[in-house]
Amino acid sequence: MNFSANILTVITFLPTVGALALLLIPGRDEASNNVVRWIALATTVITFALSLWLWAMFDPANPGFQFVENVPWIGESIGYRMGVDGISVLFIPLTAFLMPLVVLSAWNSVTLRVREYMIVFLVLETMMLGVFATLDLAMFYVFFEGSLIPMFLIIGIWGGKRRIQAAYKFFFYSFTGTVLMLLAIMAMYWQAGTLDIAKLLTFRFAPEVQIWLWLAFFASFAVKLPMWPFHRWLPEAHVEAPTGGSVLLAAILLKLGGYGFIRFSLAMFPDASAYFANFVFVLSIGAIIFTSLVALVQTDMKKLIAYSSVAHMGFVTMGIFSGNVLGVQGALFQMLSHGIVSGALFLSVGVVYDRMHTREIDAYGGLVERMPRYAFAFMVFTMANVGLPGTSGFVGEFLTMLAVFQVNTWVAFFAAFGVILSAAYALWLYRRVIFGALTKDSLKGILDLDWREAVVFAPLIVLTILFGFYPAPILDATAASVDYLVQNIATVAGAVVDAPAATVAH
Amino acid sequence: MGSDVVSLGSLAPAFPELVLAVGAVLLLLLGVAFKRERSGLIAGLAIVLLLGVLVMVLFQGSDGVLFNGGFIADGFSRYMKALVLGGSAFALILSLSNAPEHGLNKFEYAILVLLATLGMMMMVSANDLMSLYVGLELQSLALYVVAAMKRDDLRATESGLKYFVLGALSSGMLLYGASLIYGFTGMTQLDKIVGVIAMGDRSIGLIFGMVFLLAGVAFKISAVPFHMWTPDVYEGAPTPVTAFFASAPKVAAMALFIRIVTVSFEPITHDWQQIVIFLSIASMVLAAFAAIGQRSLKRLMAYSSIGHVGFALVGLSAGTSVGVEGVAVYMAIYLAMTIGVFACILSFRTEDGAYVEKIDDLAGLAQKRPFVAGIFAILMFSLIGLPPLAGFFAKWQVFLAAIEAQLFVLAVIGVLASAVSAFYYLRIVKLMYFDEPVARFAAVPRELTLIMALAGFLVVTYFVTVGSPLTAAAHSAAGSLF
Repeated sequence: MNFSANILTVITFLPTVGALALLLIPGRDEASNNVVRWIALATTVITFALSLWLWAMFDPANPGFQFVENVPWIGESIGYRMGVDGISVLFIPLTAFLMPLVVLSAWNSVTLRVREYMIVFLVLETMMLGVFATLDLAMFYVFFEGSLIPMFLIIGIWGGKRRIQAAYKFFFYSFTGTVLMLLAIMAMYWQAGTLDIAKLLTFRFAPEVQIWLWLAFFASFAVKLPMWPFHRWLPEAHVEAPTGGSVLLAAILLKLGGYGFIRFSLAMFPDASAYFANFVFVLSIGAIIFTSLVALVQTDMKKLIAYSSVAHMGFVTMGIFSGNVLGVQGALFQMLSHGIVSGALFLSVGVVYDRMHTREIDAYGGLVERMPRYAFAFMVFTMANVGLPGTSGFVGEFLTMLAVFQVNTWVAFFAAFGVILSAAYALWLYRRVIFGALTKDSLKGILDLDWREAVVFAPLIVLTILFGFYPAPILDATAASVDYLVQNIATVAGAVVDAPAATVAH
Repeated sequence: MGSDVVSLGSLAPAFPELVLAVGAVLLLLLGVAFKRERSGLIAGLAIVLLLGVLVMVLFQGSDGVLFNGGFIADGFSRYMKALVLGGSAFALILSLSNAPEHGLNKFEYAILVLLATLGMMMMVSANDLMSLYVGLELQSLALYVVAAMKRDDLRATESGLKYFVLGALSSGMLLYGASLIYGFTGMTQLDKIVGVIAMGDRSIGLIFGMVFLLAGVAFKISAVPFHMWTPDVYEGAPTPVTAFFASAPKVAAMALFIRIVTVSFEPITHDWQQIVIFLSIASMVLAAFAAIGQRSLKRLMAYSSIGHVGFALVGLSAGTSVGVEGVAVYMAIYLAMTIGVFACILSFRTEDGAYVEKIDDLAGLAQKRPFVAGIFAILMFSLIGLPPLAGFFAKWQVFLAAIEAQLFVLAVIGVLASAVSAFYYLRIVKLMYFDEPVARFAAVPRELTLIMALAGFLVVTYFVTVGSPLTAAAHSAAGSLF
């Protein structure tokens, strides 16, 4: 077997192999739990190392798909197809990078059913990696929807008090939206005669068909991302999920929706995307302004960060559907940066939650006195969440606003309020939790980050600041593919400039 | 009309049926000769016989039409017979360890299952309205008796009686439809009826006949609105019998359904399509909502099977080769899931030996019996149709056909019904995994563990193991009809 030709298969399914190995561990005592943790950590670290190798081998000048595997599989329709281009390649290292941190963060805080915990997380990792690595539309659906099972269990088994309602809500929002996409996928198969994403990208769907397909995909991705007003499941799922679940939910699972918008809605249905662009802009502005306002009044730390995620995803959709190079690049950057920053924020909440077992903002205050290291880490991530220049959060927001300014200045004008509001809620959260006098008795004995937590936070801090000052690694990797994508849409839109308007008239 | 059977060799296409029939009679004689306590041995021999015939079917090379056109062996019949035989064999295995408490420790049980299976094979291979009816009745009569096998149990007797009365009614409808079709076409042979229909106009009497015929068959596959017997019979019959009812007979009746509509009524596809679409939508929607309120595990599975018949019919609605291929794949996966589910249900026992019948009693199973709970949860997710499990690929095939035939409304209703049905499957997962245990559960017999492991393995690894060969087999099976 040629290793580098099958690298995507290896990366994607290595976590599953690790999960199978965990199934063989007998016993439920502390010793075997430790074996379980070490195996999970080793699996995720190896996967991460391989994903870095993938990134290193990736040729950023080539806009097409690389590391392609393509063999027929089930029936005539489904094929086993893998491959990455500049749009998907970076999500693989991002996913693989967060997984060891998730495993580490659960090291001492998860003591109940440790083996099952690690198994579902490793299966979830395979699903998430698969979504980005696959080039078959049916397999995309398999991985996309397959992530529901582990996430449902993660929220339901290891979640908080209202975990069952949250798990159900998460499941039904996602499932209902996604089954409509399934039908659209089938319709695309009969239209184009293939499920190969590489071929579908060059296929021209008739504009009136595009409208329906776009809507079906939108039903799925808008819930997943989530876009306002389809975000109602998100705060609950975030609040009730255990720390690791929240991290992956915010950092990766939401990005599945954004990735889908770029890969399918924008690239395959350009006419429909142009037609619906204003609709998406309105929803994006709604997300940016309303959910930011909602975030202001939250009393639960996780909920506040969850709402801020929805607001940040508003910038992503705004960037994507501005349809130009800056917008798509900015959206990609924003997603990757948000993956790091929101993951880090949820890990930060997890740190204090493990100590105090409450997420109420009022229960904290003055933590800087006892936890200076934690205060520093939390500050970096808060600033990145605000979008302070010099952090990775700034680049994405700036690029998407720049892009949308070229398309529609009013959208950019309203989006700018989001930046102000995000500063308000994030800094206010920081002030209430970290600053002030340490007056509460319960906090008097709280301990600062231990070495394990420091190991988790150090790379996150480094990346947040590094990408803020030097975003080139991300922008370079994505540039060629995004250029190619945008050119494709532009030629299509130029060829049939009046077609969408004509078809929606009847 | 002279006989087309001139030598023993010319009977080759019917060899599996002949072996099964002779074997069943021999076992009957053995059963009478043996002592009563040896019923387990008869059951074991019956399983061996079924598996032997299964191998014969799989490697049968000789297709053909026999008995003046009454019997046909083709790729489609081979595929469906393999499923039927496998389903029957596994249903018998399920009853091995718990026969006494279900009143099934009589040698007649295994014999009746064999005879019912023979009837199902005839149904699958029937090429004439008369052989079709004979096969159907052989199957049904055996099943009526099996349902009431636990004679001294009130619920089992009730379910047997209910099944018989309603079954007889449906047989009557089927027979009436068959006579109308004969009256208006002058033919009873399925592949000759089509010629007559193709030549002339479609007469209203013929459509009438078809509606009655299909209503009779819809009863056998328990499609809404002919489903009323299903929950009662499933709940009342002993669990291993329920497992049998839910598996092989459904496949055989579905095969019969497919053959009738695609072979005989091909020129009036548009007419029967409407009926199938109605049956499909009604089954999916009713099952999805009716199951939500169920508290009994077996009633829930009854509604679940009604819903799955609805999903399988989505494929048939398309009326194309792709659609039949989808139904064939669907039935195979449905069979594996059903057998697995009932193996799990049979292994849900508290420590004092009582079977768990209420869904709520499964609370906390995952902490007490992680293996059983894991398999059951996987099967529930698969029944919802979540990828990457087998249930998803089953739905994929049938909906793919529906979309090809541009039945968008049916497809949208179908997937939304599957979203609703997710609710009650998930409730079981929630009870087992999210809630705290109340009851203590007993250990599981070895052969049940084996079946559960097999079902779980197939469902989880479908896309790497059986998926590709199964789809190819279904493809060639469907191809033999068109």
